Amino acid sequence: MTKPKTPHFDTLSLHAGARPDRETGARATPIYQSASFVFPDSDHAAALFNMERAGHVYSRISNPTCAVLEERIAALEGGVGAIATASGQAALHLAIVTLLGAGLHIVASRALYGGSHNLLDFTLPRFGVETTFVDPRDLDAWRAAIRPETRLFFGETLGNPGLDVLDIPRVADLAHDHGLPLLVDSTFTTPYLLQPFVHGADLVFHSATKFLSGHGVVIGGLLVDSGQFDWDTPKARGKFPTLTEPYEGFHNMVFAEESTVAGFLLRARREGIRDFGACMAPFTAFQILQGIETLPLRMARHVENARRIVAFLVAHPLVESVGYPELPAHPDHALAAKLLPKGCGAVFSFNLKGTRAQGRTFVEALKLFSHLANVGDAKSLVIHPASTTHFRMTAEDLVRAGVTEGMIRLSVGLENPDDLIEDLSRALYAAGKA
Amino acid sequence: MRAVVLGNDVYAYTGSRAVDAARPSVVFIHGAGNDHSVWALQSRYFAYHGWNALAVDLPAHGRSGGVPLATVEALGDWIAGFLDAAGVAQAALVGHSMGSLIALECAARHADRVLKLALVGTAAPMPVSEVLLDAAKRNDHLACELITGWSFSAGKQLGGNQVPGLWLTGNGLRLLEREKPGVLYADLSACNGYLAGEASAAQVRCAVLAILGARDLMAPAKNARALIAKFADPRIVTVPDCGHSLMAEQPDAVLDALREFL
Repeated sequence: MTKPKTPHFDTLSLHAGARPDRETGARATPIYQSASFVFPDSDHAAALFNMERAGHVYSRISNPTCAVLEERIAALEGGVGAIATASGQAALHLAIVTLLGAGLHIVASRALYGGSHNLLDFTLPRFGVETTFVDPRDLDAWRAAIRPETRLFFGETLGNPGLDVLDIPRVADLAHDHGLPLLVDSTFTTPYLLQPFVHGADLVFHSATKFLSGHGVVIGGLLVDSGQFDWDTPKARGKFPTLTEPYEGFHNMVFAEESTVAGFLLRARREGIRDFGACMAPFTAFQILQGIETLPLRMARHVENARRIVAFLVAHPLVESVGYPELPAHPDHALAAKLLPKGCGAVFSFNLKGTRAQGRTFVEALKLFSHLANVGDAKSLVIHPASTTHFRMTAEDLVRAGVTEGMIRLSVGLENPDDLIEDLSRALYAAGKA
Repeated sequence: MRAVVLGNDVYAYTGSRAVDAARPSVVFIHGAGNDHSVWALQSRYFAYHGWNALAVDLPAHGRSGGVPLATVEALGDWIAGFLDAAGVAQAALVGHSMGSLIALECAARHADRVLKLALVGTAAPMPVSEVLLDAAKRNDHLACELITGWSFSAGKQLGGNQVPGLWLTGNGLRLLEREKPGVLYADLSACNGYLAGEASAAQVRCAVLAILGARDLMAPAKNARALIAKFADPRIVTVPDCGHSLMAEQPDAVLDALREFL
């Protein structure tokens, strides 16, 4: 037998999880806009409910269109499977509640998306889950924050908004030394730029609203399991009873025994999605699939455009600094070269010289860059983090998160880079005159 | 459930149900480098439909202790020892790939213990390619990649899993990666060295079912013909568009064939 050929990333982006519809021959993945699915007979129904047969019962639990998306992202990430959720926040919540309950603890990077920070710092403590935030670059801080009740490490591949590059291999090694999994938010990089599982991460989630979709018309999330973490290994033993002990809520199923490599996803689907219900709509899954088909092409262009704009801004007299890991001055320059050889994405921040009013003038003078709270769109976007995504933070917290009051965040789209530079140039001129 | 076989702690999945002497029993035996979880859907079905379903982890595999046994014959005897340890006098045996050879040997050597025999993805002899054996001997990841690449039909390499949200090849690869160093090589060597298939088949007295994948590259259906011809009254179910990992690729087809047979 000849050595089997594994399909390449570009091919998987188009085909993974999908095949022409058997009934109609439709080449595109159909939108199965149905709340529920007919049982052939009562025995089959009972077998579906009890996980003795494979298939769909009710679209909150699973749906054929969503399943294609779940397989596709699992294939692109190199995982064992995934669950599509109502949003990236829902994916983060699902990961946490599948593993943790009251009295348990998370160690997280402090360079997080404001929404994630809100969930961990303000909301989860109300349910008894605490988080210690650490400088993602400080491995000793990660280590020092571990408590007996710690169950999860969490960080972003590229921290928001300073683009701190998470040293996944070292943070994962530390987590594993203590029998803990590492969860990574990979929204900014997508599997095209970085596959966290290759470097040791155990769980990944995405806000699929961003680069995976690219079109900015849906809200959705994806939670992916590497299948690499052994929940019952001696170091982890006793830490994860949701996976290693009988669950009364599902016929005393022991999820890590039911599936050696996908026990986490089984529990997340059979409890978290079932009970919390933050599932993805099939039409949303269809739209995200359309985006992923062109993910490799778009990400390459996003990075190319971002590099052009970074070079322009670095040379501009009104720009104080640019935070992009490919620049030698960025503290994670060497790490980025190692983990992100294809590029550091298309979201980055820079600091304007001048007053806060000049910053406002700059944002309002832009014509192609849209002023809004999103990233990863095909269209270029701009925002002022201190007054929007991070507005709940105190001045002290802002400094710790690497946000300054004059910071401008750009999400570079797919327009012609000359037009984007022209837009930025005009706005910088206006800011200079303000 | 846990049991002690030949002095080693052994795990068998039972669908979270205790073994009941009043129920018929069926033992599921996995293939090389795998564990009980490859039978998750099928074994769970039988566990909730009047059977003691015992999907065992072979020695040194999955959650079982001990060291891997070197021959299919020794593993066939080990299954008889497992039945003793589980308190099961007689059982139907269902084996996949290497597990099918183990089930066959157990049925031939312990005929009074085996009521029915179902062989999934079977062939005998079951020669293993030199490149795969060499990679497994070196504990090279290539061995896992080769098996994963050859175990699924071409269509399934791109997905379309019946189990929502799970990526078939990712699951197959990760399960192989979980095995301890040396286990896969021991398994493949046992398969490669097993030459008694046809002779043992001639000794089997119970009913036999063969479930074959029409697109199986690891144990091509044509390679099973000579073996199956040696059984007194074999039944054959060929699953169309299916590779070697039949329970994962076509779980319902495998279950339906087993339901009808058992």
